[in-house]
Amino acid sequence: MNAIKKLAVLVLLLAAPVMAVANTEEKLDVAPINLKDQASLQRGAKLFVSRCLACHSASYMRYNRLGDLGMKEAQIRKDLELPDEVKTGSTMQAAMDAASAKMAYGVAPPDLSVIARSRSADWLYTYLRSFYVDTTRPSGWNNTAFPGVGMPFVLADMQGEQALEVEEHGGHHVQKLVLKTPGSMPAKEYDTAITDLTNYLVFMGEPAVLVRHQIGWIVLGFLSILLILMLALKKEIWKDIK
Amino acid sequence: MNAMKKLLGWVDDRFPLIETWKLHLSEYYAPKNFNFWYFFGGLALFVLVIQIVSGIFLTMNYKPDALFAFASVEYIMRDVQWGWLLRYMHSTGASLFFVVVYLHMFRGMMYGSYRQPRELLWIIGMIIYLALMAEAFMGYLLPWGQMSYWGAQVIVNLFATVPYVGNDLSTLIRGDFVISDITLNRFFALHVIAVPLLLVAIVFVHLVALHAVGSNNPDGIEIKKNKGADGHPLDGIPFFPYMVAKDGVATVAFLIVFSAVLFFAPEMGGYFIEANNFVPANPMKTPLHIAPVWYFTPYYAILRAVPPMFGSQFPGVVAMGVATMIFFALPWLDRGKVKSIRYRGPIYKAFLAAFVVSFLGLGLLGTLPSTPTYTNIARVLSVVYFAFFILMPWYTKIDKCKPEPDRLTSK
Repeated sequence: MNAIKKLAVLVLLLAAPVMAVANTEEKLDVAPINLKDQASLQRGAKLFVSRCLACHSASYMRYNRLGDLGMKEAQIRKDLELPDEVKTGSTMQAAMDAASAKMAYGVAPPDLSVIARSRSADWLYTYLRSFYVDTTRPSGWNNTAFPGVGMPFVLADMQGEQALEVEEHGGHHVQKLVLKTPGSMPAKEYDTAITDLTNYLVFMGEPAVLVRHQIGWIVLGFLSILLILMLALKKEIWKDIK
Repeated sequence: MNAMKKLLGWVDDRFPLIETWKLHLSEYYAPKNFNFWYFFGGLALFVLVIQIVSGIFLTMNYKPDALFAFASVEYIMRDVQWGWLLRYMHSTGASLFFVVVYLHMFRGMMYGSYRQPRELLWIIGMIIYLALMAEAFMGYLLPWGQMSYWGAQVIVNLFATVPYVGNDLSTLIRGDFVISDITLNRFFALHVIAVPLLLVAIVFVHLVALHAVGSNNPDGIEIKKNKGADGHPLDGIPFFPYMVAKDGVATVAFLIVFSAVLFFAPEMGGYFIEANNFVPANPMKTPLHIAPVWYFTPYYAILRAVPPMFGSQFPGVVAMGVATMIFFALPWLDRGKVKSIRYRGPIYKAFLAAFVVSFLGLGLLGTLPSTPTYTNIARVLSVVYFAFFILMPWYTKIDKCKPEPDRLTSK
């Protein structure tokens, strides 16, 4: 067994420099999301439907799944201002069709159903706070988390307009986003709104996530008791083995 | 009770029910000193059952069609009752299948379970391992995400490097000139019918072979050499109820690990389900970094470590193929006087440790984008990997072994 211990040490030594190198990727801000915060999830859902759904779809997400966030059928209709012809059982479709969106922005806006799973919450939280004015781009906008992004900044009225400034710190060029024209929200309020939106996008990526953890604890509890019983059974059966 | 006995008698007159029960359970004698490492064979069988059962229910809702496959997986995740549980069972099961099988194989290497008289048992096990790799590879295409698509593209293109027939061979596998709807359909057929059928059959044969020669044990000595007056091995105990009770504990402990992953970290930080696989397959857009799932990465690292020769990647593909197949030769490469690591000398232990480091190191490197430094590390580790096997006839022969005991040691 000694060999196995030596082995573990060797593997750790080997893994350490690799981990250090793998970690040099661009730093993302940590999204302070909380999937237990229903109010935040509901605010995120409203923001998503009113802003994002203009161009993006979420074609695997049904409106009535928002019931998981404690929203009643009537509330879903009223809060999200659903037109009468849209049923709550239907999936979230974009107001703009993909072909015209592609004409307008050069790229078809991706479906956002599972965007939080492919991009991660931290990336979304960083991205939605990293737009800046860039007159060289066709849309007039660029993004430090997604350079050359096709999407114009549709939340500019909320956050305001940022500019990218490059500062020098001892030979290092540090990129910094500076708010030039304030929007309708102070910075903190905007960050909270984006936290809500990211929170919602994570939920929408996997609606079952809310029950998954709860059921998980019950299953682990049951299995722990079963393990104790199985150990006792084994001990009883093996008591005559010397 | 009497009616029960009567029914049993009726069946037994027509089918060797009690005989089979005795032969494989109540009078199958297993060494009593089985340790931690001996749980993984039974657990592999258990995961096979999980995969088949969860797979059947997934098949009821999945659509093997390039237009609908990705959406049908999301449909399972959202609209099918308990669909998310089925899907995560299957994805967690796939990865843990390999965890369990790798530990099972490592057990065989440590205690010399491939040695005479168990050579055929080992070979049958290796066939199971290869079938399992084929099963996992084809299953990974089915969610039809970017990693499904490009992973399959990369692996099938390996066959295209075979001289002369390569291009025809890869076209034959795909059924098309690129991975397409046709490929998806045939991989679905192979994944849900052909390979599982084969797997169940060879697992059965593996068990038949095991029960004919009997289990090895951590001491690597034959319990059948010391039989009591009743003709049963003195150091053996009946599989039922003793081993069943012991494996029962292991199964529940394993289920706890399984559930912890399933309910709290089904993606396992991108190792069990890759983030890029939540982007639908797009033949026009190659991802920047294509990595196979973790259980293939040691071989993938070997593939990348071998430089192209004569303008062909074929040598790397051959190295990768040999790396997976070389385990077949173990029974004939090992010239040691003893089977178990417990009585082996220091040279064998050092080589085995170096092999484990190379396997894990290559596995880690295979998940990372290649850089010149990584490639050099991978080259060194690949040499270590092959040296373990190629030098085995020499170092096992000269190694100073300790004497084996006559009877099993207790722990």
